[in-house]
Amino acid sequence: MSKSTLTRRGLLKTSAVAGAGVALPTIFTASSAAAYMNEPTGSSVTLGFNVPQTGPYADEGADELLAQKLAVEHLNGEGDGGCLSTFTSKALQGNGILGKKVEFVTGDTQTKSDAARASAKSMIEKDGAIMINGGSSSGVAVAVQGLCQEAGIIFMAGLTHANDTTGKDRKANGFRHFFNAYMSGAALAPVLAKEMGEDRRAYHLTADYNWGWTQEESIVASTEALGWETVNTVKTPLASTDFSSYITPVLNSGADVLVLNHYGGNMVNSLTNAIQFGLLDKQVNGKDFKIVVPLYSELMAQGAGENIKGVLGSMNYNWQLENEGSKAFVKSFGEKYGKPPSNSAQTCYAQVLLYADACERAGTFNPCGVAEALEGFEFDGLGNGKTLYRAEDHQCFKDVLVVRGAQNPSSQYDTLEIVEITPVDQVMYPPNHPMFGGDEATLGECNAGA
Amino acid sequence: MDAIILQILNGLDKGSAYALIALGLTLIFGTLGVVNFAHGALFMIGAFCAVTVQRILNLSVTTVDESRTDFLGNPLKVQTPYVENWFGPEIGAAISDWSVPIAILFSIPIMLLIGFIMERGLIKHFYRRPHADQILVTFGLAIVLQEVIKYFYGANPIPTPAPEAFAGSLDLGVMFGFDPNAIIYPYWRLIYFVFAALIIGGVFAFLQFTTFGMVVRAGMADRETVGLLGINIDRRFTIMFGIAAAVAGLAGVMYTPINPPNYHMGMDFLVLSFVVVVVGGMGSLPGAVLAGFLLGILESFASTTWATTTIPGINQIIIYLVAIIVLLTRPRGLMGRKGVMED
Repeated sequence: MSKSTLTRRGLLKTSAVAGAGVALPTIFTASSAAAYMNEPTGSSVTLGFNVPQTGPYADEGADELLAQKLAVEHLNGEGDGGCLSTFTSKALQGNGILGKKVEFVTGDTQTKSDAARASAKSMIEKDGAIMINGGSSSGVAVAVQGLCQEAGIIFMAGLTHANDTTGKDRKANGFRHFFNAYMSGAALAPVLAKEMGEDRRAYHLTADYNWGWTQEESIVASTEALGWETVNTVKTPLASTDFSSYITPVLNSGADVLVLNHYGGNMVNSLTNAIQFGLLDKQVNGKDFKIVVPLYSELMAQGAGENIKGVLGSMNYNWQLENEGSKAFVKSFGEKYGKPPSNSAQTCYAQVLLYADACERAGTFNPCGVAEALEGFEFDGLGNGKTLYRAEDHQCFKDVLVVRGAQNPSSQYDTLEIVEITPVDQVMYPPNHPMFGGDEATLGECNAGA
Repeated sequence: MDAIILQILNGLDKGSAYALIALGLTLIFGTLGVVNFAHGALFMIGAFCAVTVQRILNLSVTTVDESRTDFLGNPLKVQTPYVENWFGPEIGAAISDWSVPIAILFSIPIMLLIGFIMERGLIKHFYRRPHADQILVTFGLAIVLQEVIKYFYGANPIPTPAPEAFAGSLDLGVMFGFDPNAIIYPYWRLIYFVFAALIIGGVFAFLQFTTFGMVVRAGMADRETVGLLGINIDRRFTIMFGIAAAVAGLAGVMYTPINPPNYHMGMDFLVLSFVVVVVGGMGSLPGAVLAGFLLGILESFASTTWATTTIPGINQIIIYLVAIIVLLTRPRGLMGRKGVMED
C-alpha cells in the first residue's frame, strides 16, 4: 500500500477553503453623476442579458439568448421585424430605442443567485447596462430583481414562475411577463375536473425550495376548491437525482393522482421514475391513475421523451398558438434559427420589446419613467393575445395554456399539444392575495439610481 | 411490510450505483494511492457511451414528405434511420430499441482506453505529488470532461430508454404471497441490481482467483517488495485503473434507462460515493460494497413519509449523519485497515 500524506482533516480543510472562495459575496456600489443610473450619452444604449449559460439550464438560457438577440435585431431595424408589425403599440420604428442603436452584453447566471447577482452587477457597473433581462429560475429572478432595485435599473424577468417574484418580493423596478404558480393552478383546475372528475385524491411531490412551495400551495388550493382531497405533500431535495424512494410510497397511499411540483432535471427524473413504477397503468379507487406536471417547458418535454404522453400541465406560451403575433414571432425565430421558440425564449423576446416600447412612449430611459409607462399598459400582438401589465404588482395578465404530452408527435417540436387556452379572467387575483404577500406586499419606491 | 420491502429494493438499487462507483474509487486508491475526483466523470462518460450508440443507431436519411408540413409551413423533412432502411422497419426498430444493451459491448473498450489514457497521460505525473494536488487535478479533469460532454450533447437530459421488453414492472408481491400490485418493481431496476452484483462478483473473483489479481493484491499490500521481485507492478496498476474506469462506465451505461443522462450526473454521485468509500474504510473493497448498499438502503428509508415527518430533513442528511457516527465509533470506517490515509 502506498504511503498517504493527506489526512481526513486535511481533505476537509482543502474543501472548506475552496468552498469559501466560490461563495464570496458580491457588494453592489452604484456611482453616477447622471440624472439616472447608466444614462446613455452616446449613440447607443446597452441592454444586459443575464441568462444561464452554464449549469443545468444552459440549453434554456441559450434559447433565451437567441430570442434576445433577435429582439435586438428587430429593434435596430434588421431582419424581418418580427412582432414589430403585429405589436399593437406602434411606438417602435426599427431605429433602435429613442434613436439610439441597441447593443447588448451577456452574463451567466449559472442558475445560482450569487453568480446571477455578480454577473448582473458587472453588466451594470462595467458595461453600463440600462436594463437586465433573462433567467430561468425564481431564486435568481428574486435575487437579481433586488439588485436592480438597489442599483436603479429596470429588471425585465425571464422565466420565473414562483408567486413571490411579483408577490411578497415584488419591486418597483421589476416586471414579470411570465405567468405564475397561482395562474397554473387556476388554469389547470377546470381541465382537471373535466378530465379526471371532482372526486380525486392527490399526492404531491414538491421540489424543496421557494418555487416548489408556492406551486404546491397554489395547486393544492385550486384542486381542493374542486373537491379533491390532498392525501400527502412530500418535499424532495432539489439535489435529488433518483425519486424511486419517493414514488414507491405513492403506490399504496390511496392516491389516484400524482402532482409533480418539479422543474427541469427534477421533473424529467421524477416523471421517468413514476412511469417506470407503472403508475399510469394502475387503477386506484376504481379510477385510472393520473400524473400532472403543473409547469411544463419544451426542453423538459424533450428530456422526458415518451414518458410525457398524455400528462397534463400548463405553459406561458407555445409556438403552436395561432394568433398573428405568435405566427410572426415563430416565422422570424424559425427562419433564423431553424427551430420554433420555447416559452422561455418568447417571454424574453416580449420583455425586450416591451421595455423598448416603454422607453419610446415615456420618451426617456429613466427607470422611473419607463416603469410608469409599463404600469397598467395593455397590449396585444406579442404572441400571448391581449395582455395587461398590472400596475399594482408588475405582473402580466393574459390567457394561460393548458397542454398535454402529445400521443403521436410528428417531430421533436410538437411533443406538447394545447388542450385549452384558459381565459385571463379565470386566472386573475387581487394584488393583495394571501399567496402574494397579502396587504403587506408593496412595490416600494422606484429607484433611478443616481 | 410491503412498504419496507419496496424501500429495501430501492436501497439495493441506489446502493448498486454507489457500490460500483465506490468500488472503482477504492481500486484506484488502493493500487495507485490516488484520490480520483474524476471518477464520477467516468460514470457520466459511460452513460454517454449509451447515448452515442443510440445516436449512431438512429443516424437517418432525410426525405421530404410533401403531404405534411413543418412548423414553418414548409414540406416536412422525415428522418428514417439507416438501420430501418437496411434491415426493414421492424428489425431496424428492434436494433435501435436495444441500444443500451448494445452500448455495454461498445463501452468496455472505450472506457478501458479512456482509463488508460487518463492514467498514462495525466495521473501518473501526480503519483509523487501531495494528495491535495491529485484532488485538484482530477477535479479539474472532471470539470473539463463535463464541459466537453455538454459542448457536444447539450445540458438537457437525453432520454435513453431500456428495450421495450424490459419497460414494465414485475409484480414481486404476488410471488411472495402479497396482494397483487402491492410490491411492483421495474424490470430494469432489478436488472441493474443483478448486473451490479455480477460486476462486483467478477472484480472480486478476478482479484482473488487469477495470477494477475494475486500480484495486484500483493502490490496493494507492499508495492516496493513486489517491485523488488522484478514484477512490473506499475503496468498492472495501469490496467487496474482501466478496469476501474470500465466498472464506472458500465455502471453509467446501465443507469441511463433509470434516469435520462445529463452532463453533471457524475458529480451528483461523486460526493456520495466518496462518503461511501470513507464509511466503508479507505482502501477496503468489501467495505466499499457493503457501505454502498448500506447507505443506499438507509437513504431510501430516510425518504419515506414516516421518516420525513418524524425528523424533517432526515432524507437530506442521513448519509452524512451515518458517516459521522461511523467515523466517531470506527475512525477507519467499517472495514478500514490501519495505516491507510493516516499520518
